[in-house]
Amino acid sequence: MRTSAVRVGLVFPELLGTYGDRGNAVVLVERCRRRGIEADLIEVSAGSPIPVDLDIYLFGGGEDDAQVMAATGMRESGAAIASARSGGSVVFAVCAGFQLLGTTYEANDGEILDGLGLVDLATRAGDGRCIGECVVVPDAATGLPTLTGFENHGGRTTLGPGIAPLGRVTTGFGNGIDGCDGVLADHLLGTYLHGPVLPRNPALADHLLGWIVGPDALTPLDDHLVDALRAERLREAQLTGLAARRRDWHLNRG
Amino acid sequence: MTTDPENAQRHLTPRARAALALGGLAGRASKMTGRGAGTQVSGRVMLAVAPDLLADVARGRRVAIVSATNGKTTTTRLLADALRAAGLPVASNHTGANMPAGVAAALGREPDPEIAILEVDERWVPKVIDPLDADVLILGNLTRDQLDRFGEVRSIAERWRTVCDTHPDLTVIANASDPHVVWSVGGHPNVTWVALGAPWRSDAATCPECAALLTWSADSFRCDACGFAQPPADYRLDDNTLITPEGPLTLDLTLPGDWNRMNGALALTGAIVGFGIDPAVALTGLRAVDVVSGRFSDCRLPDGRDARVILAKNPAGWTEVLRWLEPRATAVVLAVNAHVADGRDPSWLWDVPYELLRGKAVAASGERALDVSVRLDYGGVDHLAEPDPLAAAARLTGDVDIVASYTQFTHLTRATW
Repeated sequence: MRTSAVRVGLVFPELLGTYGDRGNAVVLVERCRRRGIEADLIEVSAGSPIPVDLDIYLFGGGEDDAQVMAATGMRESGAAIASARSGGSVVFAVCAGFQLLGTTYEANDGEILDGLGLVDLATRAGDGRCIGECVVVPDAATGLPTLTGFENHGGRTTLGPGIAPLGRVTTGFGNGIDGCDGVLADHLLGTYLHGPVLPRNPALADHLLGWIVGPDALTPLDDHLVDALRAERLREAQLTGLAARRRDWHLNRG
Repeated sequence: MTTDPENAQRHLTPRARAALALGGLAGRASKMTGRGAGTQVSGRVMLAVAPDLLADVARGRRVAIVSATNGKTTTTRLLADALRAAGLPVASNHTGANMPAGVAAALGREPDPEIAILEVDERWVPKVIDPLDADVLILGNLTRDQLDRFGEVRSIAERWRTVCDTHPDLTVIANASDPHVVWSVGGHPNVTWVALGAPWRSDAATCPECAALLTWSADSFRCDACGFAQPPADYRLDDNTLITPEGPLTLDLTLPGDWNRMNGALALTGAIVGFGIDPAVALTGLRAVDVVSGRFSDCRLPDGRDARVILAKNPAGWTEVLRWLEPRATAVVLAVNAHVADGRDPSWLWDVPYELLRGKAVAASGERALDVSVRLDYGGVDHLAEPDPLAAAARLTGDVDIVASYTQFTHLTRATW
């Protein structure tokens, strides 16, 4: 059992916080505390260097200009992040933050910009935005259950050879290239899902925490509320035929 | 002020008159069959019959357009009533139908008044500005709202910027405290700035001009990279007082909350600068407004108690409402849907400080009651969950405030306006 508090870092929330990304940090901290594990939420303001001593680095979603600013700040702290990674820290990134983990991404003016280069993936602007409920089925070997989220992005992300996605998309678009969403590597996880994704998928939050505190420390929590939410979201997202049309008609009503 | 349709419509073409008649018929049919207030349907029929109707119904009037992410319905109502207090007849889209069809319908219903105060959806300002031949443009704020549908704040700022760049003759009244609004107005030659304060800064971290980080002080912003900065304001809201070049004016509105003071300050400046109304007279009109399109109205609970219904559409709006609720001794129902009109992605729930409700009696409600419930649980807010907001309110004791997302709000208040 570790003696120091788990340091959950919310990186540049002013820039990378468009889609309730703070919720991911709140859930990580709270799921530690409910197990008697000390945890602190550390906010890294835009313009400040990203510290080397965080256990989990959260990079969230952001608008186009904000993403460019965030990319600059992240590259400036690239050495700190790489050093933390080699010391066992975890990187978790959503949407714009996920794109920034890769080697390159395309800005809204068509310019190809450098990402952090932590993993071999590249993002280009796509034809139209991917918007809606998204369901992702991770590989059975991960032990993760089916994931539910909401996506809203224009990027299409290609994974390099041998790079594993987070899972297979059964509803929605995900990376928009090969029927997959996100990226999953050792101590690194990226996804297009928000909602935010960790409140909706506590198993994914525990997967990240397991990398830090070890799986044995992850005693079961009372998740009956979120289990009900997950069941509702997955049921609604997976409706087909007439039932799906009825749902869409209902959602279009004023 | 009575309306004399024959006199008013004599300037209209036969096609425009037919459009108004048919549209009115469609609207009444829609209302009778219970499909809605009828305004949108009515306007759509009108525009199909006479595509130039907007120009026809606006011709010869002095037109003010009010747009913002939050507060446009209330600001429009306050401004209209400030003018009415001065004895001026005013036409207005008072039900909040703020796209071209709704605007046409509203003007078609009120052909006489020579002044029109019109709320216009943020995205539609460029499309209506020329047909309406608008004289006054009032811009309140731009924050995140339904990202899945409207796109990002930036794209709306660009549309407003084009309007301001190409219409130098407009009288512009704009919020100096909102970086996106300031950027939208650009170097317009005839702008009056009102500093309303910026309680919600989360959507304005970067400079709209050069994308560098903005530096915020207690009451203003500037960009150290390119020099873009909050302009010096002619009018400034300080708590309950609007500081004007002619002296301070105490607002003392009947409508609650800091956010309505911002709406009131903007409307009052609009009345003074855009229409030359005496401030004391305008204030009597502003203070008399107590309900705006059902906002802050009461709805009857099954057990006979009344609950107050408050609309909150996006993180900025929710945050303002929660700050206002915190010191009140009321129970609170949070009624959230995620229809297209609400925004289908309720992840904004995590951008709103629901922790302010700790210690109060709270119910998570609406079709997305479970999302609200999970949010409250992680925020340490004890609550009950009940999808039907009226049933939820019935389970809480004492006075109840129902804070509702857009489609929950329209459902709860449809009977009352």
